[in-house]
Amino acid sequence: MIHSLFLINHAGDIFLEKHWKSVISRSVCDYFFEAKEKAVEPENVPPVLQTPHHYLISIYRDKLFFLSVVQTEVPPLFVIEFLHRVADTIQDYFGDCSESLINDNVVTVYELLEEMLDNGFPLATESNVLKEMIRPPTILRSVVNTLTGTTVFAEIQGVIEASVRLTGMPDLSMTFMNPSLLDDVSFHPCVRFKRWESERALSFIPPDGNFTLMNYHVSSQNLVTIPVYVKQNICFFETGPCGRLDITIGPKQTMGKTVEALMVTIHMPKAVLSANLTATQGNYTYDLATKVLVWDIGKLNPQKLPNLRGSLSLQSGAPKPEDNPSLNIDLKIQQVAISGLKVSRLEMNGEKYKPFKGVKYLTKAGNFQVRT
Amino acid sequence: MDVGFSSLRSEAVGAMRMALVSAENLQLTLKPEPSQEEQALTNSKSSIKETHKAGNEDLKEMLESNKESLKLEAMKRVVGLISKGKNASELFPAVVKNVASKNIELKKLVYVYLVRYAEEQQDLALLSISTFQRALKDPNQFIRGSALRVLSSIRVPIIVPIMMLAIKEAAADLSPYVRKTSAHAIQKLYSLDPDQKEQLIEVIEKLLKDKSTLVAGSVVMSFEEVCPDRIDLIHKNYRKLCNLLVDVEEWGQVVIISMLTRYARTQFTSPWKEGATFDENNDKAFYDSDSEEKKDQAEAKPYIMDPDHRLLLRNTKPLLQSRNTAVVMCVAQLYWHLAPTQEVNIVTKSLVRLLRSHREVQYIVLQNIATMSIQRKGMFEPYMKSFYVRSTDATHIKTLKLEILTNLANEANISTILREFQTYVKSQDKAFAAATIQAIGRCATNITDVTDTCLSGLVLLLSNRDETVVAESVVVIKKLLQTQPTQHSEIIKHMAKLFDNITVSMARASILWLMGEYCDRVPKIAPDVLRKMAKTFTAEEDIVKLQTVNLAAKLYLTNSKQTKLLTQYILNLGKYDQSYDIRDRTRFIRQLIVPNEKSGALNKYARRILLAPKPAPVLESSFKDRDRFQLGTLSHSLNTKAAGYQELSDWPAVAPDQSVRNVEVIEPVQEWAPSVGKTKKSGKPKSADKFYSDDEEEKEEEGSESSKDSSSSSSSSEESGSESEEESSEESEKTSSDSGKSSSGSEKSSSESESEPKKKKKTKKAPQKKSKPPAAFSDSDENGNGPVAQASSSSAESSSGSETDSEDSDPPATPQKKKKDVKSKPKAEVKSKVEVSLLDLVDFSPAPTNAPKSSVISSSLLSDLEGLSLSNISSTIQVTTPSFGPVKTYELLHHMTGKGLSAKYHFPRQPCLYEPSMVAVQVILTNSSDHSLEEIHIGERSPAGLNIHCFNTI
Repeated sequence: MIHSLFLINHAGDIFLEKHWKSVISRSVCDYFFEAKEKAVEPENVPPVLQTPHHYLISIYRDKLFFLSVVQTEVPPLFVIEFLHRVADTIQDYFGDCSESLINDNVVTVYELLEEMLDNGFPLATESNVLKEMIRPPTILRSVVNTLTGTTVFAEIQGVIEASVRLTGMPDLSMTFMNPSLLDDVSFHPCVRFKRWESERALSFIPPDGNFTLMNYHVSSQNLVTIPVYVKQNICFFETGPCGRLDITIGPKQTMGKTVEALMVTIHMPKAVLSANLTATQGNYTYDLATKVLVWDIGKLNPQKLPNLRGSLSLQSGAPKPEDNPSLNIDLKIQQVAISGLKVSRLEMNGEKYKPFKGVKYLTKAGNFQVRT
Repeated sequence: MDVGFSSLRSEAVGAMRMALVSAENLQLTLKPEPSQEEQALTNSKSSIKETHKAGNEDLKEMLESNKESLKLEAMKRVVGLISKGKNASELFPAVVKNVASKNIELKKLVYVYLVRYAEEQQDLALLSISTFQRALKDPNQFIRGSALRVLSSIRVPIIVPIMMLAIKEAAADLSPYVRKTSAHAIQKLYSLDPDQKEQLIEVIEKLLKDKSTLVAGSVVMSFEEVCPDRIDLIHKNYRKLCNLLVDVEEWGQVVIISMLTRYARTQFTSPWKEGATFDENNDKAFYDSDSEEKKDQAEAKPYIMDPDHRLLLRNTKPLLQSRNTAVVMCVAQLYWHLAPTQEVNIVTKSLVRLLRSHREVQYIVLQNIATMSIQRKGMFEPYMKSFYVRSTDATHIKTLKLEILTNLANEANISTILREFQTYVKSQDKAFAAATIQAIGRCATNITDVTDTCLSGLVLLLSNRDETVVAESVVVIKKLLQTQPTQHSEIIKHMAKLFDNITVSMARASILWLMGEYCDRVPKIAPDVLRKMAKTFTAEEDIVKLQTVNLAAKLYLTNSKQTKLLTQYILNLGKYDQSYDIRDRTRFIRQLIVPNEKSGALNKYARRILLAPKPAPVLESSFKDRDRFQLGTLSHSLNTKAAGYQELSDWPAVAPDQSVRNVEVIEPVQEWAPSVGKTKKSGKPKSADKFYSDDEEEKEEEGSESSKDSSSSSSSSEESGSESEEESSEESEKTSSDSGKSSSGSEKSSSESESEPKKKKKTKKAPQKKSKPPAAFSDSDENGNGPVAQASSSSAESSSGSETDSEDSDPPATPQKKKKDVKSKPKAEVKSKVEVSLLDLVDFSPAPTNAPKSSVISSSLLSDLEGLSLSNISSTIQVTTPSFGPVKTYELLHHMTGKGLSAKYHFPRQPCLYEPSMVAVQVILTNSSDHSLEEIHIGERSPAGLNIHCFNTI
């Protein structure tokens, strides 16, 4: 199965290697670097590559490449899923997944990798199991027992993330007010499929710590309410190297809650040299190299709508950009799950003590794109 | 399961510490030897070392110091070196000394080092082996496990026999964790020394029988690596694997599902109906190989799915909800390859869900959907919007989505799709925009309604400012025009006008080709274009030059008056071109079209050769041929056969023998039968007829014997329950060659045994002996069917497909734990067995007691108790033992509160005579008062949902 793993940073340096079978020379990565050169953007590197003697399966995450080498037929998703688990585990242990953190904790990372695979076959990938064997550098043991639900991706998908700190073998069952909303779900392995099928209740004995209990998808018949509206006007003049930009954002359906962490990202056409704008709220930055305009608004004030306007200057001589760039909008709404999903109750059996329970709803814009 | 596992692991850590204490002693014995050798080695190396950087030198000093903390620090730095890919092999002697260190952290790091460098320092690595050998015998399972894990990771050929021995021992270990480790070790040993294959297969065979979910995934993995072709090893374990699947850890699920997919394709017949559009090739191949007769038969006979086939589909379905994308994909491919056509759709939703996962996951899933959507548009059409491209998608994701959208296009949705495509064409990602134009071209050819719309849209794109867009449009228009060359001269003219502005060579070449091909439609423009080309010929790209030569030749043939000189000029230019390809082509064309003495014959046909009608290019998906690979595989993803890819076989025309999968049940019976025969019944008749007639006669007299006999007979009379039916067939196979006769005979016998003595004796016998028949009996009313089914369901929780409630069958489950005590006192229980079977005989068809139950135990014990002949007998007895335990009596009414009347009740665990679903409760009323009690009856108010059978007033 998985033969070796190389961790490669953004610049293309291999900063960690681990072999589960005999050693494979790191020169095998050259094929990968070749593909990386060709792809220009790191996101565009094909996840599966073929070399004369090996197959390279890689993921790109947090500005790092996790490159695994396999020699024989194996479901590629198997490897990809595993690599993401490795990244998740590192994140879980050290709070972030970055080169410097991995270098600082290289021994722990190495031991983790040793424990996660045996002869290339996953052995222990559950974070709570791993933590029993290899201590994370700082042990944060919260006394509170909480179960937190977060709704990520307003449009259609949600995640229930659980943070469980319960001793013993608590048998939890969680029910929803409106399970019919859930169109499609996937579960952590601890959830019993049978109970879900028969009663639409989540019944499980949770592992300790943070984990994703369930992913769900809300059927598209229940029309998704979009919390904000956008008025935008971007145009480039036919004559002269300049253009205009005018964006206003206002609340639409927020269920009485404030929209927070509002941010607009625009990938400008290559020809745009600089932007001279004024924002009534928040700050904007324009990165000349990547041509990305970021407008960080923060809280949305319904009385005074944030507005960003000004002029764009274009490279002289360059033709007018063909199309207008699309806007990506990020936002968060606390205490409300836009899908309307509500947790009805959480019960615990099998243990005597009284747990602390809590639910937190959160709406986030996942991939909110405004085409212009 | 996870939690359980984690707690086990935590135990392991604690246990490790213990083991290290014991290992300390070992170190004492070891030490003199290694240190001598090491010294020798280090001395010899020291000269070389001095030239090395000083860093390693002080690491060595630290490792050889007496301070634990220094050693640990040194090891951490060494591991740091390893992880950076730097060579630390020269430290081997210093490191290996610490292999038996009592510091657990240090020890772990030494293991890491050892596994990495043992291959390079084989002689020195051997010094550590005895430490592991010792640990393999440790009472703690986790120490045994980790010892085997490290031992098997040391790739030193000389220790192969030691590894083999260790694996064999570990495979029979009581701890599932150790057995799991041994399953992993099998693969390691196999890659180290493939000659061990035969022996390893034996171990795999043994481990495949394992019932632990922990082991299942790992052993199937080694099966796939060592002997994927030995499909016969799976038969007996097929049902067990299916049933365990949901509880196996996720990575194991992937491996098991893909193996079972392959297995099912060899064992079951195709569930795909004839004439279905899906996978026609398969069906054809199927019939080609068959005789005409068979074809008729197959068509006439409605398809009935093998229950085992159904079992697999049913048990994998819940896994579509797994959070592990690999598992979901694996189930999806299983349904794709195995499920009846109408059932495949259930995977759609889950696959679409995976599209919200990481980019790399999307990539793989989209590839698979692309392949699926070619054959089955309907599956993904409702989810079309999920494949809309976002500007933030990576290019390879975008092109895959485009591919799928194109596959999904049909008359109904084409307008929506084309509108979507229009936005894509404007994309800043030019590679993607070009791909979109290609996609529009494909839609245009596939759906004739929109061909014209597409064509005019593409023509509009010709005035696009972006060069690549224009070029791609030209290429696509060229292909479209080819498919319908009539009345498109306008477009050709338009393109000729654009010709000067187009710089992309592919597009220029395409226009030239179009001019030449349809020169009769644009008689005025074509020579003019050629004139322009003659001017710029030398500056053009090769591909454009070739098409210029082509155009010149075609025009020469159709319009030689105007173009003769131009053509000759171009041919001359071509003759001295730098590219041999162009010189070659020029020479050929000249000979072909210009008449001279040498080129006699060919010249006449020049017109027919050059202006022959050409077939239109087929615009089709690049995923068209990918379905030759199993979905979800690396090979599918790469579109080339990867090393170690296992072909998915075609469905067999005729299903192989189904009963091979039953073997699990029969095996123990076989073991059991002869042992009984020896001890009790030496002259047992062999032929079936005799056997059963015997049975009938003897029954009344010889309880134990006949019970045994009729157990087999009655079980062979089963007709409905799938499991029991199979059992019966095996059983009859075992006892006789002619199963048909025996079953008919047995039916009689069982029915007889049931009907006659049943009612009379029941009431008497039950109280007389305190023993209670196993709970399974409660179902016995169903003509003896119940007990068998139930027993078997409890026995092989996994192997039976029967839905019988196994809650009542606690007694049969307990023996696994108690088996040891039982062995110690077999004699006493042989008697009890006789009693029970007597009882059985009288009351019911005695099926449940013997055969199935012995199978329970022996299959569960197989790994542990193999070779113990007694175990089988004792196990049969074991089943009945709980019934002899003290009856727990509950107090209902104390005699003080009841004014002299006390009431106690207990559950006799006997079958209720009124209804199989009822539970018998025995209430004992004791009257210690002076008054006599009359009219005892049950009150009217019975709670809802409770059914009480009232007894008569006493």
